[in-house]
Amino acid sequence: MTAKHALRFAALGYLAALLIVPVGMIVYRAFSGGFSPVWTAITQPDAIKALELTVQIALIAVPINTVFGILFALAIVRFRFPGRSLLGALLDIPFAVSPVVVGFTLILVYGQNGWLGGWLVHNGYPVIFAVPGMVIATVFVSLPFVAREVIPVLREIGTDQEQAAATLGATGLTTFRRVTLPAIRWGVIYGVVLTTARAIGEYGAVAVVSGQVIGQTQTLTLRVQSSYENFDRTGAYAAGLELAALALVTLFVMNLIKPRKESTHGNTRI
Amino acid sequence: MASVAAERPHRFGTAPSGVVPGLAVTYLSLIVLLPLAALAWETQRGGWSTFQAAVTAPDAKAALQLTIVASLIVVAINAVFGTLVAWVLVRDEFPGKSVINSLIDLPFALPTIVAGLTLLALYGPLSPIGVNVTYTRTAVVLALLFETLPFVVRSVQPVLLEFDTDMEDAAGSLGATRPVVFRRIVLPILAPAILSGGALAFARAVGEFGSVVLLSGNVPFSTEVASVHIFSQIQSDNPGGAAALSMVLLGLSLAVLLALGALERWGSKHDR
Repeated sequence: MTAKHALRFAALGYLAALLIVPVGMIVYRAFSGGFSPVWTAITQPDAIKALELTVQIALIAVPINTVFGILFALAIVRFRFPGRSLLGALLDIPFAVSPVVVGFTLILVYGQNGWLGGWLVHNGYPVIFAVPGMVIATVFVSLPFVAREVIPVLREIGTDQEQAAATLGATGLTTFRRVTLPAIRWGVIYGVVLTTARAIGEYGAVAVVSGQVIGQTQTLTLRVQSSYENFDRTGAYAAGLELAALALVTLFVMNLIKPRKESTHGNTRI
Repeated sequence: MASVAAERPHRFGTAPSGVVPGLAVTYLSLIVLLPLAALAWETQRGGWSTFQAAVTAPDAKAALQLTIVASLIVVAINAVFGTLVAWVLVRDEFPGKSVINSLIDLPFALPTIVAGLTLLALYGPLSPIGVNVTYTRTAVVLALLFETLPFVVRSVQPVLLEFDTDMEDAAGSLGATRPVVFRRIVLPILAPAILSGGALAFARAVGEFGSVVLLSGNVPFSTEVASVHIFSQIQSDNPGGAAALSMVLLGLSLAVLLALGALERWGSKHDR
């Protein structure tokens, strides 16, 4: 009995020291001067701009990666073509690349001296140190989530119903819209939640390509860092608090969806 | 081959069968493969000697060493504590368990820079408990511990849920002490899951940037990790140096992930 308590104490102590107390501390620190400084920090024009840019980037990156994530999963599970298993392996690359390296590779392609960058800048479409580069970076790092969630569901549901629909004369698109999509929807939604969380929270890749022009190319995560380094603790904690709140909402939604998702298929790994 | 064709006769009706895979391949090539090709190109441009010089430059070498050693320490600690946490979450009952269980995923949901800020609030210069790890290597380990916490927990948990306590009970009734039962029965069953969680954690740790950047102080030769070193090489307009180190990081995490994939395929072929 005492051994059991000792294990519980050790596990919970570790979680408390590493996870729970620090996250509690940030809330405490943010509000240590009362509520109004936090509100002032959050509603500052630059802070609102940063929030808007974060949302704007996510609104572009998440739909793109949702559509292509589903397409990807379909290609890997429902189609046979040479290089199919290689494609499946390559899908995980964004998880294996350091965010800084992601940003750097984008500079090599789209930067002033990059493969496409010279031509793009010449024609008036700067990508690096501008919002398009930040969108591309976000798309890169959040690419695999939807596909990773949908692939096991597609495998699980099989092709019986799709074949039945096709036999009854449905076109490919109709079959997808009326049969496949409803069957995979919880997997898609779960993937979208993970994609959104990553898109909003991305820091390293965006930091490399943004150039950090306050009020122009500064997202919330970049604001946390620049505020902290400019000794604007309240500003940093306020922006951090906004992001932490979004993360907690993400966790909550994940827990809400998990049971529905798992009723359609087995366990998946994040 | 015939059976494969029979297994999948349906290709979304009348749509030309190449469209979906074609789009998927094009998208991945544009977003992921083109930039990585640019990295490979930039790395080989200066030749082997330039690569070697960039990687063995004293500051780059120090950053790489710190990154690898810190990641290994972190994997070891989280292998032990991750298994312990998973064990407690599966075998123990206490009030608030389900809340704790969902909090495990917090490091995946929390932006890395906020994770750094969070740890600073408790272990920074204004620490309420008087522990200040900033500008030390402990800060690097702490940040990486936070970011990689879920990996081992989440890979061990399902295995623990699946296997019942029959064997442990049997061993216990035959007189085995609890440590012996753990070492001879539980650990061998959990080992593949611990290994796989640890590998994912390592691949993540070597590239980590956001959570380390505020906490470690980024002092060259002391607390500067590889990703931060790459960042500063980019800032000081040294693409050759940044490319060489990027390639090493990429190689490290890809090698670990590929080895893990091979191990899993081998495992599923040989037992179960």
